[in-house]
Amino acid sequence: MAMTNNFTSWGRPFTDAKMDMYGGDITQRYQLGSEHLQQHSDKFADAVQKTQQPIVTGTSVIGLKYKDGIMLAADNLASYGSLARFKDIQRLHSVGSHTIIGAAGDMSDFQHVQHQLESLVIDEYCHDDGHALGPAQIYEYMSTLMYHRRSQLNPLWNAFVVGGVDPKSGEPTLAYVDLLGTTYSAPTIGTGYASMIAIPLLRRLVEDRKEPPNEEEALDIIKTCMKVLFYRDARSLNKFQVAKITKEGAEISPSMSVETEWGFAEGIRGYGGQTQ
Amino acid sequence: MLVIGIRVNDGVILAAQKLLDSKLLVPGTAKRILSADMHASAGLRADGKHLQTRAREECKNYRDNYMSPIPLKQLSDRLGSYLNAYTLYSSVRPFGISTVISSYDKNGPQLYAIEPSGLYWGYQATAVGKGKQLAQTELEKLKLNELSMRQAVFEAARIIHLVHDPTKDKGFELELSWIGKDSQFKHAHVPAQLYQEANEYGKSQAESGRMQE
Repeated sequence: MAMTNNFTSWGRPFTDAKMDMYGGDITQRYQLGSEHLQQHSDKFADAVQKTQQPIVTGTSVIGLKYKDGIMLAADNLASYGSLARFKDIQRLHSVGSHTIIGAAGDMSDFQHVQHQLESLVIDEYCHDDGHALGPAQIYEYMSTLMYHRRSQLNPLWNAFVVGGVDPKSGEPTLAYVDLLGTTYSAPTIGTGYASMIAIPLLRRLVEDRKEPPNEEEALDIIKTCMKVLFYRDARSLNKFQVAKITKEGAEISPSMSVETEWGFAEGIRGYGGQTQ
Repeated sequence: MLVIGIRVNDGVILAAQKLLDSKLLVPGTAKRILSADMHASAGLRADGKHLQTRAREECKNYRDNYMSPIPLKQLSDRLGSYLNAYTLYSSVRPFGISTVISSYDKNGPQLYAIEPSGLYWGYQATAVGKGKQLAQTELEKLKLNELSMRQAVFEAARIIHLVHDPTKDKGFELELSWIGKDSQFKHAHVPAQLYQEANEYGKSQAESGRMQE
């Protein structure tokens, strides 16, 4: 349903047979005990249904390459639909000594991936052969995992940004993998909303300059992006963490926030106090 | 082959005497102290590799089920049951090993030894294998609550060298590992520098001991 400010075209709340409050088709969703109510529209409707949608979700993650390594950021919110359900969730997770992953999408799937990676790192540690998993290896593992799960029609409902620096060569890795198994690597990365809103900013501020930004400049760029994301993304929170990974190791900051200005909101038609 | 474990306030030290079957063995290979998880380790002999695999599986199983590292007492119990099963059937032989395992968890440093029968006990310090009586006598003399991890590494090296009789026994390689404050609470072989110092110290102490006799 197209968004309109004319409430007469909104319909009655929750009663329109096939629509939920966002205009989604509820007959396409799994609801406990309502199997017999579902109106089957195709021959495969009785088939086994795997994950159809995420439940508790995190919004965008951003990442950029800077002079000494990689910087990532993600806010501390886990939403339950449009409800800001958990406001103290860490969506950046360190794996091994020189890698950090940032997760958007389903938070329970993210926790499962954290557990999988923990097992992997321990297995590797026990071999005690002088090799440790660097960001390139962890990214490879995750992309294989994500593609495998989507091929089983049972995806892990996430988009991940993997950032790290190889402890031996100093080679930085900044890469993306999502629930479809799509992978790419770039000097600036954003998932979801950030891929639309933050990427143009990041490209201008990071890629269009002669020298890569230093740590201080990189943090400023991250903050600018997080601010814009907070303004424009209704599922975001002005409380976020920043991770930096250099050859020396990985570090996740305490939560921080940015100054915001909402004075202009009054003047926006459909948002502020206008009645017409 | 002797393995000793020393538990001090800040951590646990394991030391093993690895007899050299061949002079052509590359130093530092065929280790007898192995990691079973980030937090646990085992001092092993003969069938040890197999038990290590089992210990890893138990650690992983516990983590998968409970999302936390396995307490050493539980690991000892599980490994004890496993060893014990091999004493119950005519179709299998018991394990020919005694095992020392250590960890550091939220309750502090832990040290257990498991017998081939499956019996296991917790210890302040213990020794298993050839020459364990002499080693145990030496361990009893230590003031375990006053030693730092570093000091304990030196004592462990000294005892391993002391028990070894170079005139009768085969040559050996000393192995030293620790888990606790000085190793960021992960099981690891001690750093090369410390290993060298401790090994030299152990050797010279043992020699001067023999001179006096």
